[in-house]
Parts: sequence; structure tokens; C-alpha cells
Amino acid sequence: MNITTKKPLEEILSFIEAHEVRLAIFGCGTCATSCQTGGETQVEELKKALEKQGKEVIFTSVVEILCDSRLIKKHARDIINGSLKVDAVLSMGCGGGNAALSDMLDIPVYPTNNSLFLGSVRRLGQFEEKCSQCGNCITYRTAGICPVTRCPKGLINGPCGGSYSGKCEVDPDRDCAWVLIYNKLKKQGKLHYMLKYYKPKSYRYVLKPQKIDTLKNENE
Amino acid sequence: MKMNRLKERLKTGKFIITAELEPPKGTDIKAFVSKAEMLKGWVDALNVTDNQRAMLRLSSAAGCTILQNMGIDSVFQVTSRDRNRLAIQSDLLGVYALGIRNVLAISGDYPTLGDHPGAKIVYDLDSVQILDLVSLMNKGLDLKERLLDGGTEFFQGAVFNPNIDIIELQLIKLKLKVDQGAKFFQTQIIYDLEKFQRFLDQFDQYGIDRDSVAIFAGILPLRSAKNAIFINKNVPGIMIPQKTIDRLANSSDPKRLGLELAADFINKLKDVCEGIHIMTVGREQIIPELLDIAGFKREDITQDCIKTTT
Repeated sequence: MNITTKKPLEEILSFIEAHEVRLAIFGCGTCATSCQTGGETQVEELKKALEKQGKEVIFTSVVEILCDSRLIKKHARDIINGSLKVDAVLSMGCGGGNAALSDMLDIPVYPTNNSLFLGSVRRLGQFEEKCSQCGNCITYRTAGICPVTRCPKGLINGPCGGSYSGKCEVDPDRDCAWVLIYNKLKKQGKLHYMLKYYKPKSYRYVLKPQKIDTLKNENE
Repeated sequence: MKMNRLKERLKTGKFIITAELEPPKGTDIKAFVSKAEMLKGWVDALNVTDNQRAMLRLSSAAGCTILQNMGIDSVFQVTSRDRNRLAIQSDLLGVYALGIRNVLAISGDYPTLGDHPGAKIVYDLDSVQILDLVSLMNKGLDLKERLLDGGTEFFQGAVFNPNIDIIELQLIKLKLKVDQGAKFFQTQIIYDLEKFQRFLDQFDQYGIDRDSVAIFAGILPLRSAKNAIFINKNVPGIMIPQKTIDRLANSSDPKRLGLELAADFINKLKDVCEGIHIMTVGREQIIPELLDIAGFKREDITQDCIKTTT
């Protein structure tokens, strides 16, 4: 999921201009709910905090998936068609959700979170980055452990010389991704993958901004 | 075209001596040039580091060019930390045109360990891929295997660390480097001859042809007991024996003793590998004394390496 952290309230308040009084808040029922940065509870908390500052929060909604334009259309219908007038919108999703919401509206959309990375949840509030969405997954040969993400140098042909005692030279508290890969491949009897050379990876899939139409691609 | 001097010397069976020379942080090259002048004739080639330890320095390409023009063979160190595949290819073509013939491919220390910790990292290629690239250039091709207008004849090398705890992992990486064209290796500093020999003895098991590569063992002379303890503590996998530390502690001239120990070690290495690579961490002035103790003679170098102007 997309890992987000909350911006400090003061920072959020600094975005909202004095004349922007009537506000709406949108949360996200997916990643931001798991990260506790944009679920029902956080939306309610922000509403109260804004009201304390003399703002009027006249609409709140937690969209199941905030980055899905179709769902935004449903939840924000009255704001989009102008029947509900608000001065600005606060988006409590990730950057993807914020952008989707912003694309639908002419009024300002302010982010309340910082988007950090695509992570897995270890336990409540503890997230780890294990995929960096490079667009060309190679983990079939690395025992499901992504070196592009988990090796700070993103090396794809084995470890650098700075690995020792299974730890990474960049951060001694971090496991060397290649030692993890080596141990697991060995256990799986697939060490032969490490003896093969891999040509430079294409990074064209991470050039920004990416856009994809899967239906169109199927026909190509 | 003049031949690659380091490669030719290796062919004659000469025990190769290379050393590391760190370029200045700035444009004042006086000290760099005078150190190089002092080492001329003692070493077969000097490596010029590429922002070593991720600390800003004058470029390896410029440092190597200065050396070539002084008649000293150089090893261009290229890391993938700061440059993408376009920049690396462009630099390789550039240094070749300037007369540089030796390349050392390394991934490079991570920026957070250096003096620009906020730098955006690159690591577009890894050391194995740089070797692949150099091999392609030696065939007159670029990384996309398209024809270059004039290729290269680089003598390309890489590094390995025989002190590493998971030897198999290091040997696998080494095999990849050999497969992609590494012709020489400069190793991490070593102090344990038996351990080094044991490491080399395993080449066969991984299908690495020992005769196809030249190995220059990493040498760092100790200067005191404290220095030895520091290395034991900070360089993973190194265990300088207590006996040596005690000798250094009890010596009236530990610096000289450190050089004698290193010289003795160098002579023992003659039966094990093709040469040595001396790293002094900025104390290059000890190299002539070290080599003198080890019984090497300074050569009168005629300018037989390729000069930029030729």
C-alpha cells in the first residue's frame, strides 16, 4: 500500500487562506485508513481541529478508494456539480488520491499527508518499503526479495563489497538484501540464478509521468 | 598505437605494483603531482580514485590524464554512484582518447557515508555491468551494441574482498566479474596470507580460471599498535594477530616495523599472486621506503606510456 504520514496541523492550517472558511474533507478507506492518516477517525479529528480554528467543515466523506475517479464522482457529486459550495477541500489520502480529487474539482485541494513509499505493514504504524515499482519485476530470480528496493544501491548482480555479517554498510541495522536473497535461494535450491549475469535494467518504466491504458495495450 | 604498459609488464612476468593516489579537493594539483613524481619508477601504475568514500575530489579522469602526461601509467577508477550509463560511456571514451588504458570498475561508496549525504544516487549500472560495457567498447561497440566511431583497448579490472564472511557470495560475484571480462583484480587490504590463499584455492569450484586473471593483493602498512587495533575494529573480516599488535606496541619505531612487516608480506605474496596494490590513505610518501625494504628497485621510467599529446 501507499504509506503516508500526517503533516503537522500547523502546516495544514498554513495552506488554508483566511477567506477559505467553508471546507470539505475527504478521507480514503484504503491505504490512508491502514496508515491511520485518512480514515474515519482522522477525518473526524481534523474536522474538530479546523472548527476550533473558526472554519466550517460542511462536508466529510471517506471514499473507499480515493484514487479511483469513479468513486470520487459518486462521493463528491454535490461539490462537483456546484450544488454544495465549499471554498476548499482537504484531502487525507496519498498523493495519488489528492491528485485524483484535485483533477475533479476547480477549487483548491490541500494535502494533509505526505506520501512516502509503497510499503508493507509489519504491525500497526510500522511500514517497510519492499517494492519501488520499477516497472520490470525481477523477483522471480531473487527469492521474492527485491534488490532494486532493498539494496540501497539497487544492485542487480549480487552484493557490493560492503556487506558483512549479513548487514549493509550503509546502515548496520539493515540486513544486506543480497545476503537474504543468497540464503533463501540456497534454501530453495535456486542458487544458479545468482551465477547468471543480468544486463543493465531498463529504467524507462520509471520515467515520469507514467500513463497506461491496459485495454489499448492488449490490442497492440 | 602504443600498447598498454601495465598489461605488457604483466605479460613479462613482472611482479606488478600499483598504488592508490587520491586527487585533491580543489584545483591545486601541486601535492598530487609531487606525490606522483615521488612514486614514478616505483610503481607500474597509479589508481586515481573516483570521489572515494563519496567525498568530493577532482575527477579520476583528470587525475589520470595528469599522470599520463607525466609518463606514469594510470588506472581510471569508475564508480556507478554518480553517473548514469550515458555519462560513464562518455567518460570512458574520453579517457581512452586521452591515453588512459586501464579501468577499474566499482559500485562506489554510498553518498550518506560521504560529504554530500543529500546527493541523489545513480547506480544505473553495477560493477559487473561496467565490465560488460568496457568489454563491448573493446569490441568497438556501445552498451546498446551499436558501432562506435573508434573503439577502445582497455585493460579492465575490478575488486574483490577476500576477508568477507560469506565466501561463496564473494566468489559468485567474482565469477560474474570474470565472465564479463575482468582481467585484473585489486583486493581489499589483507594481512592473512593463509586465508587469502584459501580464498584463491576455491576459484576452481566456481569455474573461475585462475590463470585468466591477475590479482594484485591490497596492502596497507600498519603504523602503530593503535592503528592495527583500529583496523581490526573497523575493517570487517580483518583480524591482525595479537602477536603483531604486541610487537608494534613494544617497538621503538613502530612505523618502520609496520613497513618491515608489510615488506615481508609482499615478498611472501610473490608466490601467491601477480602483484600488489598499495593503499596508504594519504600517506603515499611511505611507498618508496616500503618497496625499498621489500627489495624492489626504482626504475628509470622512459615515457613509454601514452601521452595525451601523442
